[in-house]
Amino acid sequence: MGKKILIADDEPNIVVSLEFLMKQKGYEVRVVNDGEAALAAVGDFGPDLILLDVMMPRVSGYDVCQKIRENPAWQGIRIIMLSAKGRDIEVTRGMAVGADAYVTKPFSTKDLIDKVRTMLGE
Amino acid sequence: MSDRIRIGVALLAAWGLVLAAIAAIVLLVGADLDAEERAQVVQILQDRAANAVVISLLLIAPLVFILRVLFRRYVSAPRKLAEDVRIMLTANPAHRARRRGSAEMKQLAEGVNAFAEAREALSRDVEQRVRDANARIEEEKNRLAALMSELAQSVVMCNIEGRILLYNARAMQLLRSPGAAATAKGHSLVGLGRSVFAIFDRNLIIHALDSIHDRLRQGTRNPVANFVTTAPAGGLVRVQMAPVFGSSSDGESARAATGVTGFVLVLDNITRRIESGNRRDLLLQTLTQGTRASLGSVRAAVETIAAFPEMDKEAQGRFIAIIGDEAQRLSARLDETVAEFADSLRTDWPLENMRGADLIAAAQRRIESKLGLPTKQEAVDESLWLNVDSYSLLQALTYFASRLRDEFGIREIRFALEPAGPLAHLDLIWSGAPLGTETTTAWPTDSMELGGESCPLTVKQIVDRHSAELWYQIHKPSHREYFRIAIPVTRPEESSWSAPAPSESRPEFYDFDLFHQPGQTPELDNRPLATLSYTVFDTETTGLQPSAGDEIVSVGAVRIVNGRLLEHEVFEQLVDPKRAMSPEATRITGIETTMLANQPAIDKVLPAFRQFCEDTVLVAHNAAFDMRFLRLKEEATGVRFTQPVLDTLLLSAVIQPDSDAHALEAIAERMGVNAIGRHTALGDAIMTGEVFLRMIPLLAEQGITTLGEAREASQKTWFARIEY
Repeated sequence: MGKKILIADDEPNIVVSLEFLMKQKGYEVRVVNDGEAALAAVGDFGPDLILLDVMMPRVSGYDVCQKIRENPAWQGIRIIMLSAKGRDIEVTRGMAVGADAYVTKPFSTKDLIDKVRTMLGE
Repeated sequence: MSDRIRIGVALLAAWGLVLAAIAAIVLLVGADLDAEERAQVVQILQDRAANAVVISLLLIAPLVFILRVLFRRYVSAPRKLAEDVRIMLTANPAHRARRRGSAEMKQLAEGVNAFAEAREALSRDVEQRVRDANARIEEEKNRLAALMSELAQSVVMCNIEGRILLYNARAMQLLRSPGAAATAKGHSLVGLGRSVFAIFDRNLIIHALDSIHDRLRQGTRNPVANFVTTAPAGGLVRVQMAPVFGSSSDGESARAATGVTGFVLVLDNITRRIESGNRRDLLLQTLTQGTRASLGSVRAAVETIAAFPEMDKEAQGRFIAIIGDEAQRLSARLDETVAEFADSLRTDWPLENMRGADLIAAAQRRIESKLGLPTKQEAVDESLWLNVDSYSLLQALTYFASRLRDEFGIREIRFALEPAGPLAHLDLIWSGAPLGTETTTAWPTDSMELGGESCPLTVKQIVDRHSAELWYQIHKPSHREYFRIAIPVTRPEESSWSAPAPSESRPEFYDFDLFHQPGQTPELDNRPLATLSYTVFDTETTGLQPSAGDEIVSVGAVRIVNGRLLEHEVFEQLVDPKRAMSPEATRITGIETTMLANQPAIDKVLPAFRQFCEDTVLVAHNAAFDMRFLRLKEEATGVRFTQPVLDTLLLSAVIQPDSDAHALEAIAERMGVNAIGRHTALGDAIMTGEVFLRMIPLLAEQGITTLGEAREASQKTWFARIEY
């Protein structure tokens, strides 16, 4: 049974590609469009890895990440932050709130897939 | 003793002495004679007793003559010389002593005259020098005034106590009081001798001064401090503060402690620049972020198509649509940005280089003094320099500390500052109260409020301004929580704007009298009356009984600074009393009820008036009456007048206790003050001011020279017992 990936991004144009790619690699994929939905999905979908956009409506990616890390049961979830914010200072903040990686848009899909596979131990 | 009596006594004494001498000769001769001869002599003397008496009386005439000569030479000549000297000293330096009396006295008079001549020459010389110096100073002042009026910036110069010594028209315009456009003339907060603290937050000025002092101690030659604050009437003002140094003759003690005797504020209204700067930042951000997002989608789509050439037509169509869509969004965004960017200017909120450790020390001082919250330092890297607007950043830290204390009962705040690559981590640390996400996201975007003072900025704006990031973190193992500000590190260097180096040609405009005010926290009561700043005011009212509902309809005031009545720095405002004028009051004041309908109410006028008279002593005629009206409004308006008050009515009673006429007109007439605009508040205030100025020397004659003495004397007069 394939591992589960949660894609949290409000940009439909990137979601289409990410969803297609991840499904092609055999992962089970769920897509959400804002931070609240992302937190809810962490509970009922139980993803192994989250592709988390920083700038989302309602609850930002930083806050989603922080909430996840506050819950001891969710420490094992790997989080890759995706962001159009590329300054050092934003990267620092993302890593500080508990992300495992911070990827600045635009990114190479091949590198992203490699990163996902490494993180999931494949 | 009069001269006549003195001469009479001397005459009697001389005459008695001569008679006694004759009697002694007779007795001595008589002692040598035998009894028979003595009887004969006695017989002879008895026969000629009448002759003896006549001769003795005749002796008086030459005695009188001799005595008068002696008196003229040795008593009245020195006395006249003494009078001449007194006249020379006090009334007429050109007067000369007459040569009188003995030769010695004549020589003395010549000596005195020579002295007087030399003294007159000397004082003529001194006067000439003073005139020359004054002319030079006047010329320099005119040059300075011309220069200042040409400046595009507003300039305000203050002494170390914050009293304004100098300002230009632009400063007056920029620093109007709130709502001044709507109300009457002259409501600028700037004025000679007025307190700059009525315009800017005292703490802000003191903070800037402190940082200048710190830099001076560290050996910076031309330190300046920059800060951004709000103008009283709204809008953002950028302020550059440069210190003014005393002249070297200004006392060694001042020089020992950095020598700053005042400061110059150069003000710039940057409201529009900040707004356009913010817009530019926003544009830049949407441009970069939007572009990245779009490029991200395009790249992902292209790579997906390339990676899966065998995908079906429908899926391929979807990816191609994405590429087209994003391409269009990119061009639209570019057009938008170009259009908007054209009218956006450079942002201009200045940042200064500061040692991080100094910033933390300042934050500790501020939090401890403002909030009474103990603070500590954890690891602080002494070598880190930051580029900051220290005042706003300290405000942000203090604001967080105050919310931690108030909302979570935190008892201690700690600070840490550590390098993290190109950044520094400035942590505000506490333990024992994990904050929820709601709290940590709300605090940075709430507009700050500290000790009842609200600030238009939010912590987020301040952090953004520093190109910094702020977040909340928990360190579970050590039970510590902290707000971390990641802020770019800079290298220590001089600020970009520095004060002009002092040089020979620099006009020395620190000769204004206000510079020489006593210490920074003067015991007002011990200050001489002649050196204080006063606001002389008067109110007109609907009637004479404040407790029966009579109201103020007009406030007029004028300022006295350094013994000068500043007729152009006045406050004049009609007030809507929200009730009708009594016919009596209309007759006296000429103010009709209808004239007041569109005027501001008392709750708008009193705050402006309080600002006008901040840090001055109040003066009014029959002040008890006016103060009673003001007191009754304290609760409703929240405006309190706590400064000392002097009453010209009471002072008049001190000066002329025997007179019954202490009405303003009567006093003015006695003192030769002309009535102008009588029974308007401003007219009466100016007249009271003139009267008060003339009272100061008269009070001094009675030994009343300080504010404390004047208040004490006022209290003693029986007028003080009158209750309104």
